[in-house]
Amino acid sequence: MSRAVEDRNRHMLRVRDAMDRDYAKPLDIPTLARIGYVSEAHFIRTFRATFGETPHRYLQRRRVERAMFLLRETDRSVSEICLDVGFTSLGTFSRTFTEVVGEPPTTYRWRAADLRAVPACFAKAWTRPSSFGEARGLSVD
Amino acid sequence: MLTNITHSQVYVLDQDEALDFYVGKLGLEVNTDADLGFMRWLTVNVPGHPEHQLLLEKPGPPAHDDATAEQVRELVTKGAMGMAGIFTVDDIHKTYEELVAKGVEFTEEPTERFYGTDCGLRDPFGNALRIGQPKEGPIEVPDSSQAGEWS
Repeated sequence: MSRAVEDRNRHMLRVRDAMDRDYAKPLDIPTLARIGYVSEAHFIRTFRATFGETPHRYLQRRRVERAMFLLRETDRSVSEICLDVGFTSLGTFSRTFTEVVGEPPTTYRWRAADLRAVPACFAKAWTRPSSFGEARGLSVD
Repeated sequence: MLTNITHSQVYVLDQDEALDFYVGKLGLEVNTDADLGFMRWLTVNVPGHPEHQLLLEKPGPPAHDDATAEQVRELVTKGAMGMAGIFTVDDIHKTYEELVAKGVEFTEEPTERFYGTDCGLRDPFGNALRIGQPKEGPIEVPDSSQAGEWS
């Protein structure tokens, strides 16, 4: 591997760190490509070759993970949380959330709140994934 | 019975550049810099704490074949080699400002958490490091439902 590949990896890592840090801001391709010292035309392909997924997908996963936290731990509305984590359209947020998590934000919140209502030791015991397949745990992670 | 951790190791791509960063910027001191012929044994420690050294090791032949060394370098630059170390300071905000002024690349600003205030940074090669100011007094660990707060 040449020094060029190492530099490229390092630049893509810098882009990923920026997404982790600034997920709530509007991050567009020109902005990210600039951080990564790569042309807009090559950016998506380069990022994907480095980390195995598109920058768009990585950013979606980061934003959804933050949304899960806010749904669990705050009383903010789904529309507010949508904006809090950097989505601009409620429709896109709900669709993306459902795709990544497997259930819509409101359902996720309901299940997570349900879980909080019981003492932690019970939640811990009863949400543990079953080894026998007879019960689906209420996973909040 | 094991009594102490004396050395831990991090892969660096260039040992001189590593010294610039770990000593010149972070303020660690050189513990040992010895040319053993087959390798440059280079360790640093927190000033006043030589009992725990960080070995700044360069991947390459003959320890690694060329292809393996390349893989290690690739993982380092992708940030996939994990945490090189977690350091403590007395005044996290002061340290943060000083290191920012020196051009250190932070991934996270000082953030308050249940265990104290800490921040994240990378060395020039991609290795992750953390610097924290532990909370004084007893630490109360929140229940697992708040795990998301950590990230």
